[in-house]
Amino acid sequence: MRTTFIESLSQAASENPDIWLLCGDLGYSVLEPFAAKFPERYLNVGVAEQNMAGIAAGIALSGKTVFIYSIGNFPTLRCLEQLRNDVCYHGADVKVVAVGAGYAYGSQGYTHHALEDAGIMSMLPGIEVFVPCDPMEVRAATRLIAGSGRPSYLRLSRQGEPNLGSVVTDIRKPRVLREGRDVVILSSGPIASRALDAAGELAGRGRDVGVVSISCLKPLDEATIRDAVRDASLVVTLEEHILRGGLFSLVAGVFAGDAKRAPVTGLGIPEQGGKTSSAGSREALLDAAGLSVPTIVARIEQALVKR
Amino acid sequence: MVHAAKASHIGGCLSMADILAVLYTRILRVDPADPQSPGRDRFVLSKGHATAIMYATLAECGFFSPADLDSYCRDGSIFTGHVSHAVPGVEVSTGSLGHGLPIAIGMALAARSAGAGSRVFCLLSDGECDEGSNWEGILFAPHHKLGNLCVIVDFNKIQSFGSVAEVLNLDPFAEKWKAFGWHVEEIDGHDVAALERVLGAVPETSGRPTVVIAHTVKGKGVSFMENKLEWHYRSPSDELLAQALAEVGA
Repeated sequence: MRTTFIESLSQAASENPDIWLLCGDLGYSVLEPFAAKFPERYLNVGVAEQNMAGIAAGIALSGKTVFIYSIGNFPTLRCLEQLRNDVCYHGADVKVVAVGAGYAYGSQGYTHHALEDAGIMSMLPGIEVFVPCDPMEVRAATRLIAGSGRPSYLRLSRQGEPNLGSVVTDIRKPRVLREGRDVVILSSGPIASRALDAAGELAGRGRDVGVVSISCLKPLDEATIRDAVRDASLVVTLEEHILRGGLFSLVAGVFAGDAKRAPVTGLGIPEQGGKTSSAGSREALLDAAGLSVPTIVARIEQALVKR
Repeated sequence: MVHAAKASHIGGCLSMADILAVLYTRILRVDPADPQSPGRDRFVLSKGHATAIMYATLAECGFFSPADLDSYCRDGSIFTGHVSHAVPGVEVSTGSLGHGLPIAIGMALAARSAGAGSRVFCLLSDGECDEGSNWEGILFAPHHKLGNLCVIVDFNKIQSFGSVAEVLNLDPFAEKWKAFGWHVEEIDGHDVAALERVLGAVPETSGRPTVVIAHTVKGKGVSFMENKLEWHYRSPSDELLAQALAEVGA
């Protein structure tokens, strides 16, 4: 995902001389192609995210499009007020790019796990939020935000993620990764691969299960989501994020006012709350959070019994 | 304005009045008829609470009618109690301290890249220098040789809870900036000739950013407000307003 991002950004920057890239001294062995090609539009500001966000706003308010890049919580939570006041309140054309979505930094520990970022960024006024599930969605999202003229958040995993579906026609629209109508899993980010595995397992047991990737959390395409779950007896959301404020909250909000609706089961990462985090690969940590494929299958079966 | 709206922060407005007067009449290349002109100088007010004097200055300079100021802090007005970029001539909204300098740095980088020769001025309060984000910027600007950037510190020695020396001492203040690589000017912030001299020297020829440590008096010009902490908060009564206006010769 990181490599796809920097390739897509470099392509956009070669077409638009107003695109700048700032980093907070992170992105080693990722950002170099951009830095080499556009040295006058690349800046490592040092380990100083508040300054980076403010500088980005200042450059953007001078007519430029500015990407800022760092790991998970650093370009988001560390400088949240700068993003709220300096970027979003001014409608500054700043794109926040965070690498290391969810448990992508595995054994690096809790500080490097981005578990609340997408929800918190979604709460900022006027920002668009993208959580792509595969390199094809990363490419489409990067190209879109490079020309959108408004604040954006792009949440990336790390590297080596496979493509999960066919061509992306419109990154703002939910993308069907697997057709199916009775149970529809709405998923955001690369954890969609587990949704697909779980759907395959459930299909083997005679269930009709679809998987839809919701890359664009904000603005949420409510009409297409409604359409995707029109015949569903169960809606499941799956995200590498806490449930509060993330995909589950957003989707539940879509249906909350309906008199007749399918139940929505949220699968995500439990809040950590004072418990220390264990070392482990992304895969092991997801399993421990109740998001292994067999557990996802079991939790969906359980919800089907209750519906 | 402050009296009519029963607003606060008059002390910190009066300490920077001379600085704004010199900036807007002698230094800044800005055009009230075209406030968004791309090649303009930028002024970022980082101590956004001292906005009454900012709005008044812009009105005096013709960015809008002085009569508009009657709506200051009133329902539906664009003139909010912390500086707002909805007001013509205001570059950015601030109010949470420690935001202005990084934005000004970004503007200085963009101006240098554009080669238009525009300069960026940023006014900080002294209490605001407690904020870590400022020191990130203070470290950054000399490294990137932002000679087109000038910070002015309104050093009136009083912050919200008491004197700067008591709350969180900044001294030796000039030495800190020097150690970070800034060109430092230390002047009487009410000496308009000195202000014009140091602000007019931006951009600094060797490429260093400039900081003007302006020693000022909180509540300057009004005997009962000068150096009084309470005028960070109070709004003058009718009687005190009349006395204050008489003292400043308004």
